[in-house]
Amino acid sequence: MVNTYRLKELRLIRSIILSFLMVAGLSLHATETESKQDESVKKEYNAGEAIIEHIVDSYSWHILDYGEHSIAIPLPVILIDEGKFYFFSSAKFEHGHASYKGFEIAHAGKNKGKIIKANHDEHAEQQTPLDFSITKNVTAIFISLLIICFIFISVANSYKKRVGKAPKGLQSLVEPLILFIRDDIAKASIGKNHEKYVPFLLTIFFFILINNVLGLIPFFPGGANITGNIAVTGVLALFTFLITTFSANKQYWMHIVNTPGVPWWLKFPVPLMPVVELIGVFTKPFVLMVRLFANITAGHIIVLGFISLIFIFGNMNVALGYGVSIFSVAFATFMGFLELLVAFIQAYVFTLLSALYFGMATEEHH
Amino acid sequence: MELVTPGIGLIVWMTLSFGIVLFVLGKFAWKPIMKSLKEREGTIESALNEANKAREEMKTLHFDNENLLRDAKEERDAILNDARKVRDSIIEKSKLRANEEANRIVESAKETIQNEKMAAITDLKNQLATLSIEIAEKILREELSDGKKQKDYVKKLMDEINFN
Repeated sequence: MVNTYRLKELRLIRSIILSFLMVAGLSLHATETESKQDESVKKEYNAGEAIIEHIVDSYSWHILDYGEHSIAIPLPVILIDEGKFYFFSSAKFEHGHASYKGFEIAHAGKNKGKIIKANHDEHAEQQTPLDFSITKNVTAIFISLLIICFIFISVANSYKKRVGKAPKGLQSLVEPLILFIRDDIAKASIGKNHEKYVPFLLTIFFFILINNVLGLIPFFPGGANITGNIAVTGVLALFTFLITTFSANKQYWMHIVNTPGVPWWLKFPVPLMPVVELIGVFTKPFVLMVRLFANITAGHIIVLGFISLIFIFGNMNVALGYGVSIFSVAFATFMGFLELLVAFIQAYVFTLLSALYFGMATEEHH
Repeated sequence: MELVTPGIGLIVWMTLSFGIVLFVLGKFAWKPIMKSLKEREGTIESALNEANKAREEMKTLHFDNENLLRDAKEERDAILNDARKVRDSIIEKSKLRANEEANRIVESAKETIQNEKMAAITDLKNQLATLSIEIAEKILREELSDGKKQKDYVKKLMDEINFN
């Protein structure tokens, strides 16, 4: 009964999101095609650069190019350099063409795309200030966190208002997911002490899911590649690591120091197994970080690769570009669906593995 | 390289904002949501339990009712049976008594008739005796109207008396 109900709900949610994304994705692909067409006539199109540009962070939120003009939202730059504090708008850089207060955006080298200290000597080592700028990704994180807060606080209010009644509206949209995480992830992986981990698991699940989906929407306020950014996934994995480490019981540490079921000569005199186990403690969150980052980034690269094909062929021959665009858009749309699936899967996997690690750390008996 | 080099600013902002949101949601969203979900599950479970209990009770009640009905039917049948028996016995008894009464009446009638008959016979005998005496008297008077004959008769009577 409950399961079929949940399944139906999920299906409904999925179909709504899918149809929305399909319309949005197609319309955007069209605008992108037009705006880039003019540019590509003038200069050589570099697919690799364009793709990387789309998936890394930036100091302004680029919306679209219109002829010669590019429309972007400037974002605040916050720098600390040699004890001094700098705060100004990224518009001062004029899309990377100008330097301001002795800082500029690097066009080459290992800090490409980041703010460095302006230096006229091209071969001198680039120096970077401490960069706390509200970049595109930081803004997108704020937006998505606000969306999450708005959704779940309003859902919590409707729970308070509709005590003992059936869920309604947004509440009934998220309730199956909440129940799924509580029952099938937390309870199943952690066991009887699962309740204190549920808030964290819910938060990371919805944070990853919403950002994965927002990342698939190619225009503002989506389009930022948050869950495909290693710093973001790294922080999420760090939270999981810290919670695992601090909630670990004696059994967990004993398991590392004196692994059961392993011959004694693997532990003494050379503590091979303890070392392996200790490395495992760190590789677990590291793998969490890399998995989410790589999955989301790879998906974006493939979609952008298909779109880039249009410009590559368009540079050879305009008609060829239009011809290829049919197949490219078809493939990119297909990838969009696949990415949507991946968005759910990765949010689920990250949450499930975190729960499993918590379960390992708090396990009582073998 | 930029792709796999985490930026310090992003790490700081992410940690800060995510930490705050984790705290805020934990306090203002997850806690009330989890609480009311749990409460609702509790109410649903207790309601189900109560429904089960009620169903069981209904079953026993139904059983009781059936028993009651069956008992009542049995009792009714018994009462009806008894009544029938009583009726039959009353009829039987009254028949018997009626018979007896009739017999008794007939007996007494017979007795009376007998008595009457005897009385009538006695009366007849008495009357016959009186008549006989009167007739004898008249005959004797007739016979003994002359002297000779009177003497013969007295002589004969004298002879008959034995003086022994």
